[in-house]
Parts: sequence; structure tokens; C-alpha cells
Amino acid sequence: MIVSVASGKGGTGKTLVATSLALSLKNRERVQFLDCDVEEPNAHIFLKPVITGREAVCIPVPEIDESKCTFCGKCAEVCAFNAIAIAGRHALVFSNLCHGCGACSYLCPEKAISEKSRETGIIEFGHTDGIEFVHGKLTIGEAMAPPLIRKVKEQVINDNFVIIDAPPGTSCPVVESIKGSDFCLLVTEPTPFGLNDLGLAVKTAKELDIPCGVVINRASSYNTEVIEFCRREDIPVLLSIPLDRNIANLYSQGITLASGMPDWRTSFISLYDSILEIVNERTGCIKR
Amino acid sequence: MKELVVLSGKGGTGKTSIVGSFAALAVNKVLADCDVDAADLYLLLQPQPRKEQEFWSGQVAVINEDSCTRCGLCQELCRFNAISDFRVYSISCEGCGFCSQICPEEAITMKDNLAGDWFISDTKYGPLVHARLGIAQENSGKLVAVVRQQAREKADESGFEYIITDGPPGIGCPVISSLSGARLALIVTEPTLSGIHDLERVLGVCRHFKVQPLVCINKYDINVSNPRQIEEYCLGQGIEVASKVQYDNAFTEAIEHGLPVIEYKGNGLSSQIEALWRKVQEYLNS
Repeated sequence: MIVSVASGKGGTGKTLVATSLALSLKNRERVQFLDCDVEEPNAHIFLKPVITGREAVCIPVPEIDESKCTFCGKCAEVCAFNAIAIAGRHALVFSNLCHGCGACSYLCPEKAISEKSRETGIIEFGHTDGIEFVHGKLTIGEAMAPPLIRKVKEQVINDNFVIIDAPPGTSCPVVESIKGSDFCLLVTEPTPFGLNDLGLAVKTAKELDIPCGVVINRASSYNTEVIEFCRREDIPVLLSIPLDRNIANLYSQGITLASGMPDWRTSFISLYDSILEIVNERTGCIKR
Repeated sequence: MKELVVLSGKGGTGKTSIVGSFAALAVNKVLADCDVDAADLYLLLQPQPRKEQEFWSGQVAVINEDSCTRCGLCQELCRFNAISDFRVYSISCEGCGFCSQICPEEAITMKDNLAGDWFISDTKYGPLVHARLGIAQENSGKLVAVVRQQAREKADESGFEYIITDGPPGIGCPVISSLSGARLALIVTEPTLSGIHDLERVLGVCRHFKVQPLVCINKYDINVSNPRQIEEYCLGQGIEVASKVQYDNAFTEAIEHGLPVIEYKGNGLSSQIEALWRKVQEYLNS
């Protein structure tokens, strides 16, 4: 089963929930943790994995052999991202705009375009306390997170209980992270900002046809608005974590809820059971 | 015209609350919300839309089933696994158009994509340019570029001195689009290990794009030792920590009241935010 943890708004507690869920379930399931927030990966701060491997992630970008090029302009014409320009008798490649689709090299009539690799980030593998760990790190200054996220997700082992820590927002990096999940856990904070962005996150999950449930973090008097929203949208509220200075302090030191306040493990195990029940009901078969 | 962009790396550190307060403090400015996938600034500024425009960007492949002979070439060549069973999974389609170029039957066309909307609104604090990216859409960086362009035109035509921009979290495409060419980046961080980790990465992006950074530690009193670690790191990098703002429930209460925090509560907190704005102005005018 693959469960992604998303939120819309940043800083609501995705990593807090994802890491404690992993630690609480590690004695019951084979847990694999994928941090897909490749722009700002933070789960490693809490899980402190032993990193055992590293791999550069590259996208293929064109390299034009000017001795073969007739400057016909076909490549520039077919590139949807304006990554190639022909200026007189020069072919210019703007590789930071290239999405690596391969159209230019395939369609060049002179076969003058080959592809070389351009590194956009790395993925690191490791383990911690019986949990398999993978995360991606986007290189500083790189714009495109999705190819790196795809690479992190290639590491999914299907029989595992896979937890995906997603980035904030609702656009392509989030879609890339959560698509293919069996369930999406949406972590919100009970403020008008949190609720506004929860609404967007719910629409994203629905667009992808992924069932979702809500975790309210830093619960307060504004909770009723969130609960009312979830009732209208027919989304279950599966867990509520109070606004508590001790929790905030543990978080600030990079300590998970499951380690710093072990009583919480029971709540995360129940959270897992609720998710499992929803997923099984939906698919009509027993997943583990 | 001087452009300030407020960033953080990590989400939820208080960017929008700080920008909302600057809206109330600054005169002669245009406000811009560049967090186009989860825009929240409007919840504090209560805008009246004056102009609304559709944002068309990118394309999606569409297969004409009548002319498709199911040869499979498109599926084989698509590097984004967006075609299976001779259907396009539009969520995965990158819009590169490779399939439509190579289809022997010319059965694939590229359809323009409505990716969102953008607005110019009036608020009691001045004009606000903001946007809404469509659900699960791409090209947030391009929509950010539109918002910034509109904010610049608005500032030009009204002779405003400042553009104050609320930026997105992260360090990728929409952040780069919000940052490049700005006069100053104010990084709002929090004294958590995640906040520090993400601060270092977003400062790296500022260095890469040669934008002057300035740091504000929000909620500085939630951890005793981490603020010092941030100050030491910044000192080592030659970056000034302009202000420390205390943790205060007033931030959350102000959001619930739909007000900038500085308008909601006039105590020690507002003097910290006012001092921050003065420092930001010094940097913008230097």
C-alpha cells in the first residue's frame, strides 16, 4: 500500500505525521519511506538514516554537432520549451529549459543531435531502524523537480507499506509525488490559510481519483470549521494533534512524535488501521 | 521601482503574515502574491477584483481515435509515460508535442491548456496582483512571471516606489521565477532544524541568482539554542539577521479575523515587525 502525505499549505506538519507513522508501524509492516519534497527534504533530519548509496539524477539534453548541422531549424521548431535557437550558422542549446523529451534528436534530418546527461539532483538510499529510506535533493538553482521525484518513486517496492512525504502546493511536483498512491493523507492546520489550502489539496486528490483523509495538526478552536468542511466533502478526519508547546519543541530539535512522546504510537497505528480499512473497502481486496 | 520578495524555503514560517503586515506599514507600493498554487495573502487583504484574466499555458496531446491505427509509436517514444492503451493521461502529459510530430497518421493534435487565472485587485492597502493556478496544473513559474510583470506595470503606471511580493515555499521553478532580478529577498525562517536546513538551501538559491538576502527569525523563542545557530551561520555567510519576531498566538488569531497581524495587535509584536520593515527599507534604498 502506498500512502502519500500532502497538505497544500506548507508547514502544517506533513513530515511530523509521515515520520511518526513510519516509526509507529515499523514492527508490523515492512516500511519504506520516500521523501519526495526534493526542494526541501526534511525527513532525514527526523529519521537520521544511515545513507548507503547515492545516485546522480540526470535528464537527457541535446548536444548538436555543428559539423553535421545544416541549420535547417527543425529542432528549434519542434521544441515546445524554446530550448534550442538557430542563430545564423550557430545552434544554441539552453539546456536549463530542456525537459528531455527527445523530439529534437529523433527528428533531426541530419542525425546531428545526440543526447548528453545533465545532472539536476541526487537521490540517496539508506535505512533507519528497519525502515527503508530514499530521498531526492534538487541541485540549488535547478527549477525542475518532477524528473527527480519520478526517480525517487521508481524505488517503490510494491509489497511494502510505502509512505511518501510530498512537497507543499498543488502543482506538478505534488501531482508527481502523490499520483499512484492508494491513499492521500492531508495534514492541515485549523486556520483560514490551512483550510483554504486544504480545499485545494482535496481537489487535487480528487482530480487524481485518490481517496483522502485529514489529520488536523495544532488543533484549536477553529477546528469546527475544518470538521464542517470535511463533513461537506465527505472526507474522514482521522487524527487530531493538539497545539502543544512540547510537541513544537520536539519538532524544533528534529525529534519525532513517535520517539519523543511514545504514547502517540498507538494513535498512529489506529490511523494506519483506518486507512487500511478505507483502502480495502474501496478496492474490494485485502492490501497490506 | 524596488522589488522585495519574501521567501522561506520551508513552508509555514510566516511569510504571508509578514507580507500582510508590510502591506499595512508601507506606502506607495504594489502587492504581489507569487505563491500561485496555494495563494493565501488575499485572505488578509480582502481584495476587490478590478481585472480578471485567464492564463493559458502549455499544451496537452489529444489522440483522434478515428484516425489512430494503434501502431504504438507514440507510446514507445513518450518519455513521460503519458500514453497507454492509445489514450493520453493528461496529468502526465508534459506538452512537448513529440507524439504529434511523429504520429504517421497525424492523429494527434496539441490542445491549448487553460492553466489558471490572474487578477488585479484593489485593497485598502493598495493594489494587489494575484493568481490562481488551476488544480494539478503545470507552469506555475510562468504564472509567477505574469504576476510579477503585471505588478511592475501597475507600479510603473501609478509611480509606486515598491513591489512587495509574497513568495512560494521551496527552491524550485516558482521560487526561481519569483526571485530572479528582485532587489532584495527577505528570508523568513524559524528556529527548527528543518527551518535551518531549508534556510541554507534557499540562501544558496539567492547566491546563485545574485539577489541580496536578509534574514528574519520568526517564532525565535520556541527553541533556545537554534536561533544562535542561525545567527552564527548568517554571520559566517555575511548575511544580516534583520530581526527576531516572537512566537505569539496573535499570528493565528489575526488570520482568523482576516487581518494583517500588525493591525490586529498593537504591542511588542508590532514594534518588532515595524523594526523589520525599517530595516528592509534601508536595504531597498541602499
